[in-house]
Amino acid sequence: MLMLGLIARRVLGGLLTLLIVSVIVFAGTNILPGDATEAILGQSTSPEAVAGLRKALGLDLPAHERYLRWLAGLLSGDPGVSLINRLPVAQLIGPRLANSLLLTALTAAVAVPLALLIGITTAIWRGSLYDRVANVTAVSLVAVPEFLLATVGVILFAVQLRWVSAMATPSVGSFTQALQNFTLPVLTLSFAVTAQMARMTRAALLGVLDSSYIEMARLKGVRPARLVLHHALRNAAGPIANAVALNLSSLLGGVIIVEVIFSYPGLAKLAVDAVETRDMPLVQACAMIFCATFMLLVLVADICSILSNPRLRTR
Amino acid sequence: MSDTAAISSPRRRRLSAARQAGIALVVAWAALAAFGPYLAPYRAGDVVNVGVFAPMSAAHPFGTDYLGRDMLSRLLYGARYTVGVAMVATVLACMGGIALGILSAVRKGWTDSVLGRAADALISIPHLMFALVVVAAFGTSLPVLILMAAISYVPGSYRFARALALDINAMDFVEVARARGEKTAYVVWEEILPNMIVPLLTDFGLRFVFVVLLLSGLSFLGLGIQPPNADWGALVRENITGIYEAAPAVLVPAIAIAMLTISITLLIDGFSGRSRTMVR
Repeated sequence: MLMLGLIARRVLGGLLTLLIVSVIVFAGTNILPGDATEAILGQSTSPEAVAGLRKALGLDLPAHERYLRWLAGLLSGDPGVSLINRLPVAQLIGPRLANSLLLTALTAAVAVPLALLIGITTAIWRGSLYDRVANVTAVSLVAVPEFLLATVGVILFAVQLRWVSAMATPSVGSFTQALQNFTLPVLTLSFAVTAQMARMTRAALLGVLDSSYIEMARLKGVRPARLVLHHALRNAAGPIANAVALNLSSLLGGVIIVEVIFSYPGLAKLAVDAVETRDMPLVQACAMIFCATFMLLVLVADICSILSNPRLRTR
Repeated sequence: MSDTAAISSPRRRRLSAARQAGIALVVAWAALAAFGPYLAPYRAGDVVNVGVFAPMSAAHPFGTDYLGRDMLSRLLYGARYTVGVAMVATVLACMGGIALGILSAVRKGWTDSVLGRAADALISIPHLMFALVVVAAFGTSLPVLILMAAISYVPGSYRFARALALDINAMDFVEVARARGEKTAYVVWEEILPNMIVPLLTDFGLRFVFVVLLLSGLSFLGLGIQPPNADWGALVRENITGIYEAAPAVLVPAIAIAMLTISITLLIDGFSGRSRTMVR
């Protein structure tokens, strides 16, 4: 019961934070003078035209009323109209969001099992050469910019070997086609996420391996592999789930770079294009979707640790 | 860090060699940022006579870029932006974070709750997305980029500094200082802050790496440093078509960023002893 209360408080806190984020995003994109009318009509128009358009767009209202309108629209799935091509933002975002979800889901499908495998094996053979090499590689990979991995990948596999295409389209017609389109972006995205996730998985396992019941099992002569897989893994499941969710949230930064490099028609590419054209309603909506997804993953990570940590139950 | 004593001496010597190498590396990067333009064989805008996307040669060690400019010189000029701008932004972020973190830890109460809630909100915006929103609103200029990166990384620094300060604030020697009747300013300045320095330095290094990646990522998207100036991320972007000729112009700046960030990350990893505790 106490734990349920804790989770409920965490969810409420998350919602409050999301509300503050929406204020930051809205205020940030509205703080400068010169509003949407200028973007639509250009600088040299009659004051009457500007006033008419301002009224039509609701820009003559005070800021807090515009915020509330925007928030209500956002919640009801209508985050306004694009300033550039006058299409509803929701209509622009829909297919792009699906594409981005496909890309990130594929990445997760590659990264999570791989990270668990590396994390668990390095924990079993800790201190071995394999472990140390994996550790230094992981530390380094986290610091590598995505565009280096992507350019090296393109030069190697698309330009030199011609195995895959340098552009990614979200089509999965056949298996080979899907492989062609998604190999490079998914691999690029996977590297850093896998590295960090594997490190945290390993750390979580080692945390459990230091406890006295493991010492007991070790003294009874249980072999390292069985020790980790049978005895430690179950108790490390919570922290590992936490690590997985937390690191998936870091995908959201990488996906922006990767979609642009491979011209992948996803939400992040849409957001970057919208920033270039200063299409504020679109920028706002994309930003809110990113923040909400990010917070959802962090929330899941937190709930995983609450559920798995008996000490948190009494606090 | 209880296992430090258990490490045999040859191991420790190897670690300190790694530290020395790391420190030398950081000095080298700083020097590159400070003196890069003076070392450059050509000026950043000079077009040399060997065509575009030239391969590596003795005269042009990193080839030429998409306009036929010497890549080595472009890189040396860009160091100032990549290393320098990120450094300024990180210093601002950490100073802000440390000040607010200590304030939170010492004042507690509603100051702490308000600051904590604000940090929660800011940290919930992915850094690159925050950067996009800021650039969409304010355009892109050096002050905007620096302030954006600084604000984006204040919450992380704040949380780190706050946790540290809370720990130290609860220690006996702080209690003693308060009992002596010292003022809060004295306690913060003389008792709390000096004990935070080492962990704060490693945190600073890590945050610097993130800021470098953020700013070069933004430049790569074409929304960071604007032409004719170019940091290393912008160099990758402007030469991206060279990818089809496997030109050094597109790879070298990206590798330069990776070398900068990886060397600092490994250095921090050695300093904080995290890899060692993880290995053992």
